[in-house]
Formats: sequence, structure tokens, C-alpha cells
Amino acid sequence: MEVIVAEDISKKYIIDHQKKARKNFTLRDTFSEKFKHFFGKGEEDEVEHEEFWALRDVNFSVNQGDRVGIIGHNGAGKSTLLKILSKITEPTNGRVTIKGRVASLLEVGTGFHPELTGRENIFLNGAILGMKRHEIKAAFDSIVDFAGVDKFLDTPVKRYSSGMYVRLGFAISAHLSPEILIIDEVLAVGDADFQKKCLGKMRDVSESGRTILFVSHNLAAVQSLCNRAFYFEHGRLKLQGDTTHVVNNYLSHVAKTTLEHTWETPEEGPGTDEVRFRSIRVKPAYASGKLYIDVTTPIKVHIEFWNMAERADLNLSLHLYAFTGECIFNVGTTSQSFDKGLVSATLDIPGNFLNDGSYVISVMVVKDTSTVLYQLAEAVSFEVEDHREGVTWYGKWPGYVRPQFNFQISQSEVLV
Amino acid sequence: MAHSEEVIIEAGHGAKNYWRDLWKNRELLLILSRRDLSVRYKQTVVGAGWAVIRPFATMLVMVFVFDKVAKFKGDEGIPYPLMVLAGITIWNFFSTTFTQISHSILLNSNLVTKTYFPRLIMPLSSVVVGFVDFIISIVLYVLIAIWYQHYPSWQLLLFPAFVLLTLAASLAFGLFFAVMNVRFRDIAQLIPFIVQIGFYACPIAYSSSMVESNQGAWWYDLYYLNPMVSIIDGFKWSLLGDGAFFKVSSLYSTIGFTVAVLGISIYYFRKEENSFVDYI
Repeated sequence: MEVIVAEDISKKYIIDHQKKARKNFTLRDTFSEKFKHFFGKGEEDEVEHEEFWALRDVNFSVNQGDRVGIIGHNGAGKSTLLKILSKITEPTNGRVTIKGRVASLLEVGTGFHPELTGRENIFLNGAILGMKRHEIKAAFDSIVDFAGVDKFLDTPVKRYSSGMYVRLGFAISAHLSPEILIIDEVLAVGDADFQKKCLGKMRDVSESGRTILFVSHNLAAVQSLCNRAFYFEHGRLKLQGDTTHVVNNYLSHVAKTTLEHTWETPEEGPGTDEVRFRSIRVKPAYASGKLYIDVTTPIKVHIEFWNMAERADLNLSLHLYAFTGECIFNVGTTSQSFDKGLVSATLDIPGNFLNDGSYVISVMVVKDTSTVLYQLAEAVSFEVEDHREGVTWYGKWPGYVRPQFNFQISQSEVLV
Repeated sequence: MAHSEEVIIEAGHGAKNYWRDLWKNRELLLILSRRDLSVRYKQTVVGAGWAVIRPFATMLVMVFVFDKVAKFKGDEGIPYPLMVLAGITIWNFFSTTFTQISHSILLNSNLVTKTYFPRLIMPLSSVVVGFVDFIISIVLYVLIAIWYQHYPSWQLLLFPAFVLLTLAASLAFGLFFAVMNVRFRDIAQLIPFIVQIGFYACPIAYSSSMVESNQGAWWYDLYYLNPMVSIIDGFKWSLLGDGAFFKVSSLYSTIGFTVAVLGISIYYFRKEENSFVDYI
């Protein structure tokens, strides 16, 4: 049964170009503007109103019990969609029909008042989320237990640690009993342990036949939790369908562009009189059906350069950096004697080695194992996506590398 | 699972079940009111005592300035301090609720951007703070009236009507300002100014009988154009009895004016409330 039907919904915002920096106009602006126009002095292009479509002609339907993951870049319209579905803002065009009680969690602890105690805030937040007083009372002990804040119930929440604050906020919303649950990025906060708890709770909710709409950048969580996904781009619903299919498409779209650089002739290639680069290419060996690099994907890095000198002893040195700047490793080839012409090299980075994250490669050509002839800095970059199997934990995996070393566990003795 | 309700979301559709939604959310109204109350005097030493100290101290100063120094003529048979206190009590009720209502949307902006409920709940719940201060102030009035042995008469029956009228006036102006405040932050500057001017433009520390002796002056009609004048006069009259000056004829236009403005303000609020989130 269809519980949400969206027909041609669009949302338009007007952007004032001239006054872009200032969000809140003052009366003076409005009056002086009117005044200028009245006397014909207002130049037409002084204030340029640009229409911005945060959502454009979006159509979809969601069945009861569906768990829909909504993915896309920042500004793709995901949050606007959730705001429309939650009735916070109206669509400019189109209509949505929703059957059933909706609860939206666009923020953890909406309306928490810092001066009020945990106890008072449970009732306040519950009421804001649409719970009745008797419902909150019935769930009270369970909320306190889930959040683990029983010792601090009568402390103002301004004295809570951010973790406690988030836990309490989520605990309240987890005890909502809506037919349709709309969630925006709640997993972005909280420690790993708590994230696990949240996902577990969300799975419980979905297994009880309720419908979930879930916006997240945590693709691993989306893949684990959702059976369908919507991929938004520039306000349009670009793709919808089976989660794996949509996530694959999204990721292949994200990571395409910087995987290789090629220069056709030595004149174009970066370098010096002695060496010039021809190409550097990252070639992932995708598993079947995948179009993006994840932590299990083996990667080959192909490098070609022209040796312009008659004869030289050369070797290549490659640095791999995390996006944050730390050098993960530095590898070098052996030094060999090359004639004038093209030289090529290949580096194998095995799967199950790099952790998820963004990486940048720099390559340098070294002469006589001591003189750097040329360094091609930040030549290519690529993203490694998360991939998990057989775990129910979706927090950020720590570390720069994620090797699968031989690590055995067995029962060595049985106590009877 | 039974699907209890079907909701349709489209441009301009929000109006349909608005008043029903408002009623459904009455628990939220109560809890927001309670929040505002319990937060009001948090981390203060004197606490709700401020609701006594402020009107009392204002009364002392006003009596000193207008009665002792300027030697204003009060109404016959009515203790000057008592008249001033009655005026301050109703004016504080009006100005506090008016100010709270005007700021209610901005103060709750985190709710506006993250949840949906009929937005009228915010201004309505903000009324309670002024009302509790008002009750406390009335208790102070009663004590001082006993001290002066000046007791009300049958006019007291109309007391609730004047309180209601004050509430209507503060909603009428407050709702309008609350909407304007979302787009134009000038309003936040304007409100304290209005309250400050109003204190002297209204018969709080003086009696309208002094104005009455200036019939024919160019500003005489202007004075009565201010709807708060007859509301305050009427309120003082209901507490102080027949001796207090009250031009009943001025009340009719005030009631008409207040109801009209209230209607327009609610209409304006309803029209704009769906766009609050886009401007806040």
C-alpha cells in the first residue's frame, strides 16, 4: 500500500543577488527600494532576483514498510524534501499525500531548553515531536534507560556533555510510535557505541512494519538499513530503486573525475628539460557490479614519463597522502639506466589495505638515487568508500589503513 | 496498521484543518507556557519577587515625581499611590504580553525550522509569563489597598472584562509585530521604544481627569485615539470604584478598534506563517 505519494513537487526560493550576504532585510532597505522605484531611479539590475529551485518536479511513491535512504550531495534538495514532508515549509507546486501519523527528526533534541532539567526536557521535546502526555509518561523509564542519563535527570541539560545531550534527544524520538518516521542525519553525531544503538533501534522500527525515510551521508548505514534509495541531484530525483544499484550509481558519479591525467606530447607534460610526465592513472580493479573504489578494491597506479636525456640512471618515488595531509606511505622503484624515450611504471596497492577516506598521490623522478629531477605534486586523487560485511557497527573505522592481517581467535579451553 | 489520517501537502493547503490542529496541539501550548514560566526566573536570587519589586519601586518613583514634586491632581477620594499602582499593573500586563508575543516567533526559531505545528501556539503560549506577573502584581495591589483601606465596589464585576480586553489588545498588536519581526529586525528595536513612550502617553502615573480639563485642545482627541487610554481608565475604575475618572463613551470605539485590529492581525499571521521558515 502506498503511504506517501509525491506528485510533481517543486520548491522555489528567490535569491537576492545584490543583498546576498545579508539574510535579514531591514525596513529601510524595503522603503528605500520602493522610494527609488517610485521616482524611477531604481536601476533594473540593481537588485537581481534569481529563482532557485531547491526541488524540481519530484515524483515518487513510498509503500508501507519501505525503508528509503535519500542520498545526494549537499544542496541537492534532500533537506528541502524532508521539510516539505514534515509540513515545515510548503511546496511551490505539486502535492504530497501522506497516509498515517508522521514524526520527523530533523535534529536531535529539537527545542531542548538549556535551563530545564533532563526530566522537563523529555516532556517538552516529546510534546514538540507530537507525543501525548500519557504516551511520554508511559515511555519515560524506557527513555531514561535508553539514554543512560538516570543520574542526571534533575540536572539542567546545559550541564550535560554533548554525548549525553544527543543520547537523550535520540532516546525520546526513538520512543515515538509514528507510522512514518522521517530522519535527517541523526547518525552524524554520537559515539560509535551509540550509533550502533540508533541503527538497531531504527531496524526494530522498520521491522514492525513502519515506514522510514532516512537522509544520510553514511552510505554504509543506508545500504545496511534501507531497501530502496533516492538519489537527488540539483533538486531533481535522479535515480530511485534498489539501494545497492542507486548507491553504486551515486558513488561512480562522485569519484570519476580525478582518477587520471594524461598529456599527449612532451611539450604539454609537466616536467623539466630532462624528464616530462606523460600520464598518471589510477586503475581500480572493481569487483563485479561495482563502479567505485571501496576498502576491498585493489588499485593499480600507472605512471608514464619521457626521459629527455640521452642516458640517465632514474627511479620513481611515490607518496600517498591522506586528504588531511599525513603521508601514509612512500614507495620507490629500483634505479635503472634508461635511454631517451618513454618509461612506464606500475604500482599495485592491494585491496583490504587502505581505510575509507580520500587520498592524494604525488610522484617524483629521481636521478642517481639522490637528485630529485621533478616532483608531480598532487597528481591524482581518489576516494575509498567504506565496505562492511558481517558487522553491525557503522561508526567511522579508525586508522589510515585497514589491513586484514592474519588474526586468529579460538577457544583454547572449555570450562565445565 | 490502521491509517488514522490522510494529510495532503500542497501550496496553500495548510489552512484547512488549522483550528482543529491548534486544538489538537493544546498540550504543546501548555508545555511551552510552562517552559517559559520555569525559565523566567532561573538563576536569580529574588526569583518571582521581581514581579513585586518592579511595580512597587515604579510606583514609589511615580508618586514622588507626579504627586510630590509636580503636584498633579489625582481623583477625589482615591489615594494617589493606589491609582498609580493600578495603572502600572495593567500597563505591565499589556507591555509584557505585547513584547513577548512580538518576540515569540524569533525566540522559538529553532522550532520553526525543525518542526511543524500551528504557529499561533507560540504567541499564545508566550502570554502566560505576563499573566503570572500580573496575578502577583494584583496581590501586591490588594495588600496596599488594604493598607489604605480603599475597597472596590460593584465595578469589580467588570474587572475580568478589562483584563480580557487588554489581552485582546496585546494580541492584536503583538501578532502583527511578531510577523513583521520575522522579516524586519527593526521591530526588535521599536518595541522597547513603544513601551517606553506608552508609559507616559497613557494615564498610568496620572489621571485622565487632568486631560479632561483640556477639552478643545488640539491634542485632546489624539489622546483618546490611543486605545490603551480607555482600557487603562476602565481597569483603574473597576478596581478603584466610582471616584476614578472613566469616560465610558471612549470605550466603544476602543472595543471596535481592538477587535478589528485583532481580526486583521490573525488573518495576516495566518497568511504569513507558512513562510516564516524561509525568512527566519
